[in-house]
Amino acid sequence: MKCSEFLQELTNYLDGVIDDRTKAELEDHLAWCHNCYVVCDTTKKTIEIYRDSQLYELPEDLRSRLRSAIVSKCHAKKKAGPERV
Amino acid sequence: MSTIQPKIGEPVSDELALVQAAKGGDVAAFEELVRRYDRNVFRIAQHITQNREDAEDVVQDAFLKAYGNLNQFQGQSKFYTWLVRIAVNEALMKLRRRRPERTVSLDEDVKTEEDSLPREVADWSPNPEQQYSQAELRDILTRTIQGLPASFRTVFVLRDVEGLSTEETAEALDLSIPAVKSRLLRARLQLRERLSRYFRRRDNSDGNSKHDSGDGNQ
Repeated sequence: MKCSEFLQELTNYLDGVIDDRTKAELEDHLAWCHNCYVVCDTTKKTIEIYRDSQLYELPEDLRSRLRSAIVSKCHAKKKAGPERV
Repeated sequence: MSTIQPKIGEPVSDELALVQAAKGGDVAAFEELVRRYDRNVFRIAQHITQNREDAEDVVQDAFLKAYGNLNQFQGQSKFYTWLVRIAVNEALMKLRRRRPERTVSLDEDVKTEEDSLPREVADWSPNPEQQYSQAELRDILTRTIQGLPASFRTVFVLRDVEGLSTEETAEALDLSIPAVKSRLLRARLQLRERLSRYFRRRDNSDGNSKHDSGDGNQ
């Protein structure tokens, strides 16, 4: 397997949606190709860092302000009848 | 090497009941749906618009649009996927309004130099995020993902941050499954490449090498 072929399958491999035979081929490649091992490992870390990063958390005060606004507009809409947005 | 474990979503068993109640005019039931997903919608909106005020507007507009159109929700998909689709469209409209000089489309299939094979293949420090303060790390991650084209950023956020499946992402963005997979791979590789500049192992500065052209032999 070439490095470029490995990269094409990287997303399926990391997501665990891959058949056993291809997986074995990819892992065989990883066992000897240090560069692909590093790319695979650091891509996985990239995903994990973003997933755990808590970027753009919604602050509680803003959250309740937005929710109140939404709810009061929903009530207004309900009173106004079934008109669409 | 183990695979990425998706985030476990909230239980959705009672969700259809909430949607049904909201369709019948029960605002409290709809409020529960807002409570369940407002943080996700805000995060997605902010990632797409890159603007806090716009993201706040998107949260309001998306939920109100969802409320007004609940009768069109047939229940074939999850309510969340349907809501994300509305929110993404609202967010893209905001982005287009703010950047009229650039066409912003999810169909944008951008070819960039970074699409070539990875160049930075130095290993990372064992706990790269611990080299930086929380604020510095947040800044690095924000600036890095903001550098991606909107179409890549959106796919990455839905799949890898919000934990939607490939199929749900395709449905929410009205893209084919191969298009989602291709954008996701490129988004992941580009983010990895850019983060490597910050996270690479410091004591190995001479050790990075160019990725070979792919003709490795055993």
